Amino acid sequence: MALQRSDVQRVALLARLEPTPDQIDRLATELAAIVEYVDSLAEVDTDGVEPLVHAIEQTNVLRPDVAVASLSRDAALANAPVHNGVGFRVPAVLGD
Amino acid sequence: MADSLAELTAVEQLRLLNAGQTTSVALTTACLDRIAATDQRVGAFLRTTPERALAQAADIDRRRAAGDAVGALGGVPVAVKDVLCDEGQLTTCASKMLADFRPPYDATVVERLKQADAVLVGRTNMDEFAMGGSTENSAFQKTRNPWDLERSPGGSSGGAAACVAAGQTALSIGTDTGGSIRQPAALCGVVGLKPTYGRVSRYGLVAFASSLDQVGPLGRTVSDVALLYDAIAGHDPHDTTSAKAAAEPTLPQVNEPLKGLRVGVVPEHFAAGLSESVRQAVERAIDSYRQAGAQIVEVALPHARHAVATYYVIAPCEASSNLARYDGVHYGRRTDPAAMHARLAAERKSAAEANDATAARQIDTALVRLYRQSRSEALGPEVQRRIMLGAYALSAGYYDAYYLKALKVRRLIRQDFDAAFEQVDVIAGPVTASPAFKLGELIDDPLAMYLVDLYTVSANLAGLPAISLPCGLSPDGLPIGLHLMAPPLKESRLLRAARMFEASRDPLPLPRLD
Amino acid sequence: MNDYQTIIGLEVHVQLATLSKLFCGCATTFGAEPNTQTCPVCLGLPGSLPVLNERAVQLAIETGVALNCTIPEFTKWDRKQYFYPDLPKGYQTSQFDLPITEHGWLEIAGETEGTAPKRVRITRAHLEEDAGKSLHDESAAGGDSVIDLNRAGTPLLEIVSEPDLRSSAEAKAYLNELKLLLTFLGVSDCNMQEGSLRVDANVNLHVPDSANPAKPAATPIVEIKNLNSFRAVERAIDYEAGRQWRHWQETGLRMGQAPKQTRGWDDSAEVTRAQREKEESADYRYFPCPDLAPVVITADEVTRVRVAMPELPAALRLRLQTEHGLSAYDADVIVGSGRELTEFYEQVAATGGDAKQAANWVTQHVTRVMNATGKLLSELQLPAESLGRMIAKIVAGELPSSRARDVFDLLLEQGVDVDKAMASLGIAAVDESELIAICRTLLAANPKIVADVQAGKQQAVGALIGQAKQKNPNADPGRVRAICLELIAAG
Repeated sequence: MALQRSDVQRVALLARLEPTPDQIDRLATELAAIVEYVDSLAEVDTDGVEPLVHAIEQTNVLRPDVAVASLSRDAALANAPVHNGVGFRVPAVLGD
Repeated sequence: MADSLAELTAVEQLRLLNAGQTTSVALTTACLDRIAATDQRVGAFLRTTPERALAQAADIDRRRAAGDAVGALGGVPVAVKDVLCDEGQLTTCASKMLADFRPPYDATVVERLKQADAVLVGRTNMDEFAMGGSTENSAFQKTRNPWDLERSPGGSSGGAAACVAAGQTALSIGTDTGGSIRQPAALCGVVGLKPTYGRVSRYGLVAFASSLDQVGPLGRTVSDVALLYDAIAGHDPHDTTSAKAAAEPTLPQVNEPLKGLRVGVVPEHFAAGLSESVRQAVERAIDSYRQAGAQIVEVALPHARHAVATYYVIAPCEASSNLARYDGVHYGRRTDPAAMHARLAAERKSAAEANDATAARQIDTALVRLYRQSRSEALGPEVQRRIMLGAYALSAGYYDAYYLKALKVRRLIRQDFDAAFEQVDVIAGPVTASPAFKLGELIDDPLAMYLVDLYTVSANLAGLPAISLPCGLSPDGLPIGLHLMAPPLKESRLLRAARMFEASRDPLPLPRLD
Repeated sequence: MNDYQTIIGLEVHVQLATLSKLFCGCATTFGAEPNTQTCPVCLGLPGSLPVLNERAVQLAIETGVALNCTIPEFTKWDRKQYFYPDLPKGYQTSQFDLPITEHGWLEIAGETEGTAPKRVRITRAHLEEDAGKSLHDESAAGGDSVIDLNRAGTPLLEIVSEPDLRSSAEAKAYLNELKLLLTFLGVSDCNMQEGSLRVDANVNLHVPDSANPAKPAATPIVEIKNLNSFRAVERAIDYEAGRQWRHWQETGLRMGQAPKQTRGWDDSAEVTRAQREKEESADYRYFPCPDLAPVVITADEVTRVRVAMPELPAALRLRLQTEHGLSAYDADVIVGSGRELTEFYEQVAATGGDAKQAANWVTQHVTRVMNATGKLLSELQLPAESLGRMIAKIVAGELPSSRARDVFDLLLEQGVDVDKAMASLGIAAVDESELIAICRTLLAANPKIVADVQAGKQQAVGALIGQAKQKNPNADPGRVRAICLELIAAG
């Protein structure tokens, strides 16, 4: 199934990427080739087969409800590209 | 006798250390010297940390001299792929996104290496976020195959394999999501083990595809790999997918041959597409098992031919989610906000001048633009391609056809192995279709690059332990790998089977780098 | 006449009362300095992995059982993917298709006294992690936001009701009953000011359909957010119903003809306002979290929870009426005040030996003091034992009810026991013979009153009570009155 430019643009927004017009064309072609290849899975009969999410199938891996020491604020903010010593700075989350 | 202490095996280095015939400082210095002398050509290391390594080595020497306990790796230098968190040290995943990232915590594997008194000499190059099979997707540098500097070392753990092949360190840590330890090990003529999924903690391993990623050791011998594996394996409460079963040490038994070994062979592995040199080398290896008394049994893995397609749905889906956190807000690289705001203002102005309300509405908010621009600038093309692929496959209307379907085929692949291992103890075959390819040869053809994983991805999908070890040289003098797979948690069996073959032949020489 | 019916479903998020977060060991204490309760896991740092908090699972099961839900044997974790600065991983770990509990109900009182209770169906209640929040930043230029991740990763239970509610009053009753239940269970403190209980309301109308008189038409659903109190929920629903009715009359748009809209409640202007449409329609790309193992909950475990379940509000109300003989109103006031007051009441009644007197003291005096002082029951110096013993003294006739209020005040002020309080107030039961003597003296001195009583004006004896209290302040007015009447009758 061919991927349209509009598919690439829709997915790019979902994934918060910003391909240039050239990149959109190239991605449409490349992704179409990969999608065509993985479309071969359709021929496998999987009726009644349970999906395998985890390569190791364990259940109920839990920890006790115990509070432990957190990072210092300086350590928490140390890798932030922009911070004010208190929190992570970002452009306003509401409005433009 | 090797020219440098660095070129000895880890087991030999450890023997000299314990016998007082060398020191960790001497060994570490030898490794750092060897790296300094060769890495301009090889490019295995993104950076070394000589001060820290020598301080660590001196501390271990002091403790050993004082008769205090030292860990199992007691002063042996180890290189670590730049994808495992090391507290306070750069951990970049070979991505511009994390060029300045210093985690405030240790990965469990790094913590165990420190506890075992491994000397951490530096961080090796890789494909960005471990996505790739040639190490050419590193944002920072090329790594070259020590056997032929025009060729790729493979990937994504290309630096990890090249540094061991080049005799820079005896041991290194890699990670394997679809073959990323075994394929470079094969192409560089070293031994690389991908343990059972869950055997080695993923805590602190920067995730690519969580249900497939596994950390593992590389070395020049099976024993060295067993030594390093023993130091890092075992249950970790910080990783919910960590196997609860105890990891018994493998090194003490590694030299014991397996009696009555049944070696499985999959006919499809030798079908069209396999190069003649690899086919011959692998068939000779299987023949040597036969000569050692093993029984060779044909087994069928009927769904194996769908493994690459399955992998290239599951891995990108998980990756698109795992890499959503790189958005330039809490850590990582952020686009220049002034330029970004200026561009947005210009877009709004032109939409207003054209009186185009639709265009005006479609302009991103500053926040959305910050995300998009930061991510597009700081993530490389292959990473973006896989994020796009995963986001597409998980988007509304496609989930059942791709992701859910792939998970079901994944179970069929696993069931094939379960059935096969009823009949055999290990499965043997090629690691790659051909020896090392030229740098640049596959980089413009993503699908061809994905097919490089043909023989290795099944082990990741099924969560099996698998190893690559050298089984010969091609007519051009390039290494060829033998692939062995075993049932889950049977690392000891796998390593012993590998050692049986290794013991039957002369070791590969170190490649000449001068 | 507004000929429509309002259809309401509520989504309630409650923070579970755990000590640590859902997937890491960071504390969940409210009010800590920003970004001081984070770690690699809840910061979403590369390489970090979640480990599920068993207490959160336990609290979710308890809530599910209390809400009459089924607890499926298998539950799992999914990633809900979207980008927002308070969501550091770019996804929220939640539950999509296999929630930990589903298909339950909660009963609320009928709209008027005497009508049958109403069952509100619960669609599901699932576990998920909370996001961080934006802070106001005075220092920031250009209207930047500042993000605090202390709250990120706090365990939430999202309780989704079916659209069974038909009025804002029912919505409020449902919320009150749900909050009461959750606080009785101790699964959440449900403090709305601190954000540990949050409500979103889905509202639409059923309107007469001229095309098909037999079946009403439905208007498009609107989700109302930013509801900061139960009162805001009520007002927002009422406002929204009116707005939708006008909108229906103007446009005639039905469900499916317009997308589901999200509107925010503006508490000061008392209106809902359309919120900015997202850039793309929500496509959360849910998929099972590969980092978390599923959870299997056996029938035995559910039975254990069921057996250990405390008595819940509905059952308690009933028992206070049948066993204690309280009115429905009193039972509701006591139980509705919460588990602490209900347990307090039960102790007072047990010690005092008179359930109705206990109910009066608790609902009138104790709650009055709590309201007046703004204190919690536990902050008052009033052990249930003390109040109970005070009531026992009244019942035994040792404490005249006229003086009980003074004793009660002293118990509260000084935290002394009842005997000490009575002693310091000089209260002692007056001997019957002494009372008779006092009455004889008074009757002898007041022949006019005696004559009035004999003439049938029994209330005339009241004038003697004050005089009796002057002679002995402990004289019980009831006894004085009774003795006087007896003596007069005896001639």
